[in-house]
Amino acid sequence: MTHAHVEVAGLTIEGPAGVVVAPFDFAIGRGETLALIGESGSGKTLSAKAIAGLLPSGFSARGSIALTTATIELPATDAIWRATRGRRISLLLQDPFTSLSPVHRCGTQIAMTIDAASDRRLSRSECADLVTQRLAEVNLPSDVARAYPHELSGGMRQRVAIAAALATDPELLIADEPTTALDASNQGEILDLLRRLQQARGMAALLISHDLGMVRGRAEHVLVMRHGEIVERGDTSSVLTAPSHPYTRALIEADPSLTDRSAAVERAASDASMLNDLVVATHVTKSFGDKAVLHGVSVAVGRGETVGIVGESGSGKTTIARCIAGLERESSGEIVFDGVVLAPGRASRTPKQMQIVFQDPYSSLNPMISVGRSLKLALRVAGRPASDLNSLLRLVELPVEFAVKRPAELSGGQRQRVAIARALAVQPQLLICDESVSALDVSVQKQILDLLAKLRVDLGLSILFISHDLAVVRQLADRVYVLRNGEVVESGDCHDVLNAPTHPYTQTLVAASIHEAPTH
Amino acid sequence: MLVVRVLGTIGILLVLSIIVFSMLHLAPGDIVKNLLGNRPSSPDAVAAIRAQYHLDQPLYMQYLIWLGNTLTGDFGQSIRLQDSVANVIGARLGITAALSGLSFLIALVVAIPLGVMSAVRSGSWIDRFATGFGIVGLSAPTFAVGLLLLYVFAFYVPIFPVYGAGDGGLDTLWHLVLPAITLALGLGAIILKLTRTAMLRELESDYVTFGRARGLPDRQVHLIALRNAAIPIVTGASLVLTFLVGGTVLAETTFALPGLGTLLQGSVLFKDIAVVQALTLLVAVTIATIALLADLAYIFLDPRIRAREGSQ
Repeated sequence: MTHAHVEVAGLTIEGPAGVVVAPFDFAIGRGETLALIGESGSGKTLSAKAIAGLLPSGFSARGSIALTTATIELPATDAIWRATRGRRISLLLQDPFTSLSPVHRCGTQIAMTIDAASDRRLSRSECADLVTQRLAEVNLPSDVARAYPHELSGGMRQRVAIAAALATDPELLIADEPTTALDASNQGEILDLLRRLQQARGMAALLISHDLGMVRGRAEHVLVMRHGEIVERGDTSSVLTAPSHPYTRALIEADPSLTDRSAAVERAASDASMLNDLVVATHVTKSFGDKAVLHGVSVAVGRGETVGIVGESGSGKTTIARCIAGLERESSGEIVFDGVVLAPGRASRTPKQMQIVFQDPYSSLNPMISVGRSLKLALRVAGRPASDLNSLLRLVELPVEFAVKRPAELSGGQRQRVAIARALAVQPQLLICDESVSALDVSVQKQILDLLAKLRVDLGLSILFISHDLAVVRQLADRVYVLRNGEVVESGDCHDVLNAPTHPYTQTLVAASIHEAPTH
Repeated sequence: MLVVRVLGTIGILLVLSIIVFSMLHLAPGDIVKNLLGNRPSSPDAVAAIRAQYHLDQPLYMQYLIWLGNTLTGDFGQSIRLQDSVANVIGARLGITAALSGLSFLIALVVAIPLGVMSAVRSGSWIDRFATGFGIVGLSAPTFAVGLLLLYVFAFYVPIFPVYGAGDGGLDTLWHLVLPAITLALGLGAIILKLTRTAMLRELESDYVTFGRARGLPDRQVHLIALRNAAIPIVTGASLVLTFLVGGTVLAETTFALPGLGTLLQGSVLFKDIAVVQALTLLVAVTIATIALLADLAYIFLDPRIRAREGSQ
């Protein structure tokens, strides 16, 4: 190999409505990583798919991809892609929960790739040995080969996917948001594993991410993409420390791991009158069948206070929120709202007591009816006149013209604003946000967090904020509870807990979140 | 789990037998007249027949007598054919089973590959052909298709026999080809649609993209998708098997096959209660068994369900 690297020139992607990604070039050296940063809709995933020859129908790419063993002129025929994919270029997808076939054993899925890349037929035992070897590379024991994906954690699944993607020894690995679907403590590990494998093999890697903070120390160069155009490129450290384009600066500023609580929240916290508690949940337990999810969790939210509940998936954070909202029936324990004991279930609660905003604004709004109708329905529940619609839209900083739009015409952030408006239509005392910003891009996340901060001041709202993301909770919450395996392992003032965690679990969580973030 | 299923099935059978029994009594017509036919009826003869078949008893007693006999394994006598119900059904079961089996086989063998191909090459001529075929298959009435096939393949181009069940063995199989194709058309159209839809959805999924992204050959990627699509296809296929029950009546009538379908038709017209009851229950038991097999198939096909069932 003379100069083992990848050179992409004049990559352009056209969609049904014209050019989606404007021509751009890049080169990746042997054993190096290039990070492509952008928000959703920026064209970064389309670029990844174009280089892997997997563009959705209706899209076409132009340009050329020069590898050490071949040069591919785009658009290329299926035959060329068949010879390229896997052996030369492999693409690792975002979500390990869906990228592996649920009905095939992990070993089989890795073996298929080995088989596809091999020039001769391998015997069963040879194949099994190779699978074990590939699993060992990603630090997994050999018995994982016999497991089905659903028997593994998200982090383990992504390791299996990495083993499968690398089983062909490609020259270029494209990793499309490989850790976005994972818990915080897994993200760093997976990225470091990818980095180590890539350097050990002298492979080139294209790491696609929406998170600038995550690529520090994990990529030599950075490209920042916005609306299908490259707005900034350079060394990772210089881009992070001295961004030249305003958009890159905005991305860095919006990165929650970089900034502490925003000014609006600071103000709100000082104004909050935490004289008495609005909701007190005491020793709440909950089991689904034999599986205990909550082992006596106690949580309190004061009037006007914002309380964060942090934990990884499976920690029970959503279950306790759903118990408080009456969407789940607690097995034992007591939930007191405004001095009154609430019986389990929804029947004992009124809409005016509390409302919930869910994670996914795409599925929580009825796609068939306009925003205005959705909100009018909510107003009617509260006995408010339909004429309050405009003030409700203004409350969440949406133009009044949005009333006639349908959810499909709105962006993720706008939909989440509508979902918040709908929850606020009944003027609840408590707003429960269950991962309400997790599905959003960082810059949109920040806008929604600022909106929530403003609303709690303007309306005197109490907020119970559930998130797996420490950085997000840090921005908004006054107090925080850290949940693990259905138990509160640590609680207290948000600032204190996150800056000086005492429980080892909180320490690893905080360490994991700082690990991805640039330290300054 | 299994015990609950069996108890539920028994409950359904009981309710079903009561409903069928009452409906036959509500329907117009008189068994005695049917039996006597054109012969002159004397009051004595009528009374004798009524006593012989317990028709002089109150309705609920008639039902209870039937139920008691059935539970002891005696399905009664066919009034119309003057033979035991077990014999009557036993003599015709083979032809219907062979017809259903053959048509189901034809439907599967044609519809699943066609469905897979039309999903893989969605929008191509083969997809358009399959979609058109599906629409025709779904909307064409069984008897019309049967008559058309008879005209074409037994009359104009006399390759296949026109009617009857043949002399057993290969000859019977030969006689069953046209009726089986007739039935398979409607059945296959549904399975084709199901396969196409399930495959299209699976082909959109991440694991298919990831499979292609790491260089798996197309054939293997399609097999992975088909293995995942197998779960909805099996559900659908087991549901449409019940479609065969109604279908056999029409196909057997069109092709004059002495099977259970023609037996059911004749018995209903004649108000031959014992035969109708036994046939209805047989159909119900068959459907319940198919449903149970389909559930067992999920456990086999989906490791996630296997894990859940295992942990209970």
